[in-house]
Amino acid sequence: MVTFTVNGKNHTFNGDPEMPLLWYLRDVAGMTGTKFGCGQALCGACTVHVDGTALRSCQVLLGDIGGQAVITIEGLSADGMHPVQKAWRDLNVAQCGYCQSGQIMQAAALLKDTPSPSDGDIDSAMSGNICRCGTYPRIRAAIKRASGRA
Amino acid sequence: MTAFPPLTNVSRRAVLFGVATGVLVLTTRLSPPAHAQEKKYGGDAMAGGLKDDPRVFLSIADDGTVVLLCNRAEMGQGIRTSWGMVVADELEADLARVKVVQSKGDQALYGNQNTDGSRSMRHHFEPLRRIAAAARQMLEQEAAARWSVPVVEIKSENHGVVHGASGRRLDFGALAKGAAARPVPARETLALKGQSQFRYIGKDGIPLIDNDGFVTGKAVYGIDARVDGMAYAVIARPPVYGGKVKSFDAQETLKVPGVLKVVPIDAPAIPSTFQPLGGVAVVAENTFAAIKGRSRLVIEWDDGPNASYDSVQYRKSMEAAAGKPGKVVRNNGDVDAALAGAARRIEASYYLPHLAQAPMEPPTATARVTSEGCEVWCSVQNPEAIRTDLARRFKMPLDRIVVNALLLGGGFGRKSKPDFASEAAILSHAMGGRPVKLTFTREDDLQHSFFHTASVERVEAGLDAAGKPVAWLHRTVAPTILALFAPDPKHEAPFELAMGAVDMPFAIANVRVENPEAAAHTRVGWFRSVSNIPHAFAVQSFVAELAAALGRDPKDYLLELIGPDRLIDATSMSDAWLYGEDPKRYPFDTGRLRRVTEKAAGEAGWGRKLPEGRGLGIAAHRSFVSYAAVVVEAAVNARGVLTIPRVDIAFDCGGVVNPDRVRSQLEGAVVQGISLAMLGEISFKNGRVEQKNFDGYELTRIDASPAEIRTHLVDTTAFDKPLGGVGEPGVPPVAPALANAIFAACGKRIRSLPIRDQLRKA
Ligand code: FES
Ligand code: FES
Repeated sequence: MVTFTVNGKNHTFNGDPEMPLLWYLRDVAGMTGTKFGCGQALCGACTVHVDGTALRSCQVLLGDIGGQAVITIEGLSADGMHPVQKAWRDLNVAQCGYCQSGQIMQAAALLKDTPSPSDGDIDSAMSGNICRCGTYPRIRAAIKRASGRA
Repeated sequence: MTAFPPLTNVSRRAVLFGVATGVLVLTTRLSPPAHAQEKKYGGDAMAGGLKDDPRVFLSIADDGTVVLLCNRAEMGQGIRTSWGMVVADELEADLARVKVVQSKGDQALYGNQNTDGSRSMRHHFEPLRRIAAAARQMLEQEAAARWSVPVVEIKSENHGVVHGASGRRLDFGALAKGAAARPVPARETLALKGQSQFRYIGKDGIPLIDNDGFVTGKAVYGIDARVDGMAYAVIARPPVYGGKVKSFDAQETLKVPGVLKVVPIDAPAIPSTFQPLGGVAVVAENTFAAIKGRSRLVIEWDDGPNASYDSVQYRKSMEAAAGKPGKVVRNNGDVDAALAGAARRIEASYYLPHLAQAPMEPPTATARVTSEGCEVWCSVQNPEAIRTDLARRFKMPLDRIVVNALLLGGGFGRKSKPDFASEAAILSHAMGGRPVKLTFTREDDLQHSFFHTASVERVEAGLDAAGKPVAWLHRTVAPTILALFAPDPKHEAPFELAMGAVDMPFAIANVRVENPEAAAHTRVGWFRSVSNIPHAFAVQSFVAELAAALGRDPKDYLLELIGPDRLIDATSMSDAWLYGEDPKRYPFDTGRLRRVTEKAAGEAGWGRKLPEGRGLGIAAHRSFVSYAAVVVEAAVNARGVLTIPRVDIAFDCGGVVNPDRVRSQLEGAVVQGISLAMLGEISFKNGRVEQKNFDGYELTRIDASPAEIRTHLVDTTAFDKPLGGVGEPGVPPVAPALANAIFAACGKRIRSLPIRDQLRKA
């Protein structure tokens, strides 16, 4: 049995310790804001914060997260007004929106570590997150806006 | 997250509320089209046609909240926001008080819902305005009756009706019930607003109505559907198209905790239309258990007739076909004589591989099938295709098939096919009516797509002594989408040929387009902008090659080929399709192509001095009855590493309803065009797709995305012209503009996509 928190709430799990956090969140806990895109750490759609670090939840196994604190897009802010979420709204970043939970979680982690990222910082921090719709120009602009750079 | 309500009363066709309460739903048009006997075009020619009954699409609650039913799929084009803008404008409603709700699938009730072909605004702008104008007039008539004043003294503004003389005002909410009981005005009596009075149409920066859901994770996509008691499934499908299961052993699978059942599914007959491919399904208590269970299956496949499909060999056979004459699909003048008499002949061949749409949300559907009926929750471009498939499959009347259309995490053509919903339904049926969510993993998506065609395009021109083309011979060789439906067709369909091959507008006296044979060995389907991609790549690369051979400026030479402004009738180019539109309303307007070309060049600073290793390339293309031109700035360093400092795209789709979403579609088109040019390839070996996931099938990431993408909308207020498409036409000119820019930057001509490491120096 493993115990951890998701967005501040306690969760316990008894099943297959090889189950990735992604599928626990989506199928077991019913929290579908975290998205499936590749299952192989190749797209970033499933990004969550585990103990403050942005990780691909498709690669985090439940057997390994005892005692850790998971934050998902649903818990990034109480009111949906984290500066990154606000900038995403202001610039209408999303097209289909499917990749954006992962993009936002990745961007929030970037800004926590690097409050004023350079263009190069942004590209390298965000390069693990694919957007098939091609919202990259607005993602860059929104991160700058959230950082106060633009 | 709330579960979806259980299946109840499936025979109820639609929930009516507000204005519509107690009013019978009309499923017929308001008035018959003026000339019902004439050939139909546009939305009227689509299955189910266009509907414009306000009582079907609009309701107004007592508190004034306007609810608009959107019958088109939202897949990133922002259609729900743009529809809300049109209706709020024409209704004189406050957009903040308009809610957009997704309609279920019901073509008889809502008209055509097949969201592809860049049609959702192009076809629905006018019906939407009629819907809103009719509702506005009903509200005004109700107010006039209540106040006993002539309706001409009344007008609507700011979500209410006012009588200027007496200063009286009633909110729409107060009038809704009475207005709903009034007859719907006939179409001829509708007074649409003048363009100068638009308040939302054409306004920039309107927030997306789905923004909240997008940024908080609350938006519900097809893959997010949750139905009480559902099980989860994945399927091992035949790795070769046309193959089937010879035998399988599920012993180890059934030992995996959470696995519930293993279900073999029959392979379809070939051609398979949109049918599932068959295989062995694993149903489990969660997706992970299903995936793990599937990995333990031991399956022996019978690979069938496409077992030797090999992209390298196939390319050679297409190149051989392109070297010989083929079926003539357009012929003007005498190309052979003109070529024979030409001062100079130049030719080039281009190759473009298969692609997969790879929407970020892979195909996924949840279904519940009982003796009562079928209910499906999924992201789908064409819900009616699911309904007709399930009605036939389970021998149920259409009204027992309910399709709940959820948000699409991208579509790009993949989700206009119902195969994944059929699979979910087959599995729910096999589970005795337990709801089943069927998920494609990314590996499944890339192996079992309906792939963009592969092609060889050979173009030859004869030039006179002054370098002006006197003959144009284009041979296009590509397996056709028709192979989904007919046994072994060898020629492109009229709609494929009319995507940039036959509808080549250049002012050249002798033109012949030929289509040599090519057989399909996999499922070929629609990919955003479809055959325009190979055709535009060939034509627009070739123009730059001619310019280079002549030492001419490529932009000037392109403009010279476009020639004097003129309106070309589609039929004169043997274009029998024209995106389903009326040739009279949509002539090929070369002046518009010229203007976007000049605009892109001007904005990009064409001719500006660039440092060593940098170059500009240009391309222009009409598709989906819109005009687009792109200038790419490419930088190729000494090691042959390509970067893209900037892209300028100029676009003319006629009147622009939602500038922000048109720009975002163009930004996305540029990135997708760059992605397919630089990286995109699905290849086959032994009949199997070689790419497994995003490591093999690479997509452009943010760090390789152009540093700057600048969008330039041309003639945005031209609402006097019929609207053009938006979602697709930005894509085709991107790849050739990039190839032309690379040539300008480093002298290397790209004739084969993807570019990948063709520029690399050791
Ligand atoms: S689903 Fe985890 S990185 Fe793609
Ligand atoms: S917005 Fe569609 S994948 Fe990013």
